[in-house]
Amino acid sequence: MAVLQIREAINQAIDEEMERDSGVFIMGEEVAQYNGAYKVTQGLWKKYGDKRVIDTPITEAGFAGIGIGAAMTGIGVRPIVEMMTWNFAILAFDQIINHAAKASYMSAGQFKVPIVFRGPNGPAHMLGAQHSQALESMMAHVPGLIVMTPSTPYDAKGMLKAAIRDDNPVIFMESEMMYGQKGEVPEGEYLIPIGKGDIKREGSDVTIIAWTKMVAVALKAAEELQKEGINAEVLDPRTLRPLDEALIIESVKKTNRCVIIEDSWPFASVGTEIAHRIHTIAFDYLDAPVEKINSADIPMPYAENLEHEALPNSEKVIAAVKKVLYR
Amino acid sequence: MKEEKKKNIQAPWADLKLSNEKLIKIYRDMLLIRRFEERAAQEYGKGKIGGFCHLYIGQEATGVGAIAPLREDDFIYTAYRDHGQAIARGMSSKGCMAELFGKVTGVSKGIGGSMHFYDLSKGFMGGWGIVGGHPPLAAGSAFATKYQGRDSVTICFMGEASTNQGVFHEILNMAMLWKLPIIFICENNGYGMGTAISRAMAGEHLFEKAAGYEMARGAVNGMDVIEMYREMSVAIERARKESLPTFLEARTYRFRGHSMSDPGQYRTKDEIDEYKKRDPIETFGSDLKQWNILSESAIEKLEEEIKAEVQEAVEFADASPQPSIDVLYDNVYA
Repeated sequence: MAVLQIREAINQAIDEEMERDSGVFIMGEEVAQYNGAYKVTQGLWKKYGDKRVIDTPITEAGFAGIGIGAAMTGIGVRPIVEMMTWNFAILAFDQIINHAAKASYMSAGQFKVPIVFRGPNGPAHMLGAQHSQALESMMAHVPGLIVMTPSTPYDAKGMLKAAIRDDNPVIFMESEMMYGQKGEVPEGEYLIPIGKGDIKREGSDVTIIAWTKMVAVALKAAEELQKEGINAEVLDPRTLRPLDEALIIESVKKTNRCVIIEDSWPFASVGTEIAHRIHTIAFDYLDAPVEKINSADIPMPYAENLEHEALPNSEKVIAAVKKVLYR
Repeated sequence: MKEEKKKNIQAPWADLKLSNEKLIKIYRDMLLIRRFEERAAQEYGKGKIGGFCHLYIGQEATGVGAIAPLREDDFIYTAYRDHGQAIARGMSSKGCMAELFGKVTGVSKGIGGSMHFYDLSKGFMGGWGIVGGHPPLAAGSAFATKYQGRDSVTICFMGEASTNQGVFHEILNMAMLWKLPIIFICENNGYGMGTAISRAMAGEHLFEKAAGYEMARGAVNGMDVIEMYREMSVAIERARKESLPTFLEARTYRFRGHSMSDPGQYRTKDEIDEYKKRDPIETFGSDLKQWNILSESAIEKLEEEIKAEVQEAVEFADASPQPSIDVLYDNVYA
């Protein structure tokens, strides 16, 4: 089986879908001649040319809206809009929230909006406050949007292909820290359905829920905990909206304990929603209240030591796991 | 102006290929919009229509003159003052009135409301409520048709106040950069809600905002349906044949308030009366009479017909059911 970086897996997904369907195109800042700010679109412009791999001006609201309008015409166009980072996509939230997310509903189903907005999300390393935001909770708050957050090359490819083929606006959030992360990707086509979570490590004592780069933090914590005889299950929901509630509840019913890790802020986060659902649906199965590890509730500082302090890490996860185990 | 016209030996539309039938259709559409909306205002007063309701009265020539030269496979985007353009595109007065009443028989099944009329089958893409929010979508529609090798064009109505939004400039830039087949029709009615344009916009010549992007541009008398038709025909040709955008400033005026709750203290009665002397329907009607396209009795007959149509629309809307509670979660996703 081929071993690919996440950026290569995403590139393959885009390439295969563009080959399969001439209505699929990609636009964004530096996606064409520059081969992508993070080299995700490497080689696509050379292969498909100006028509289908489109460099845009730096104008996020504008090109997001052009993508949405193109998707809505119903003439077989399926845009992929690359956001250089989700921090910049904030400029396009009017287009995404007020327009893409509402077109189908307001028109009583006349419009479909088959579009994917994708790019890196969440803090990276020493980028300062404006470039270090995890915004999945803001997006997942909005009915009409689908939010996907892959954590491995295998998932990234199969999930993105499903996203491109879906008739709804999909928010696809990657991580710049993970683009070089390697993993096995099989030859041949496969799709990972929207709304399907995955158990990344089976365990019986506690469920650790994490997505994108927090999955690696969870797995590292699980390895450490194993040394102390604690067998942790690591669950990656993969899609945050719609959430694979059944998988989460099933896991918690088995382990009776849960820790959620996210590198977004704590207030009204996706983790808050997951914790609430576990507390209301699986209350009788819980042996401890659900714990949540987040980024500190602050704009991200630049200094390395402060940034480290602000982010979730495996030590914090281990402490939280011990707390729910009363150890 | 009137006196000069009378001396003309040619009708104002002589240079355009407009059949008598088409001229009458243009007049009828404007009149239908006027009567439809006058009735909508009454029904709003009776509590049959809720929420926001922005009337197009006074601006009918802009919408009808811009839409009349389009083909069936062209696309139309507009803002929240959308009833007039929907009717001009041939959406039924029954479906439009039922939408205002929040009924399941409405053009958006009662889910959209006054600001969100849609009919994809007619290329009527709505009906959007965020000032300056929809021009990017319209540019996307033009992008898509060009991408797919079709020769459809997209027209995008917008209020003059939206040209102060940042995204307006983003879209003019990209429309020109990528040579999109689109016509921006900026309906300059002089007021962004209650704020006069002179208090909100630097510079006097609105259409020159497009100059920075070297886009074809101009100002049109939006109270004159034939002038609108003529300038739009040129712009549509430019979009369809050369795949180039145009920015038109249509100078118009709304006779009613911004919405139903507008106290109207920001402008004088004299100003409104002055514009009412240039009523686009009366002006065009008298031209049609002068050139023997319509007689006085034919106009009266049209009035009767339209009155009956609007009455029927109200009765239809009133008798129609509200949407079933079961549809609350429908169409959030495709």
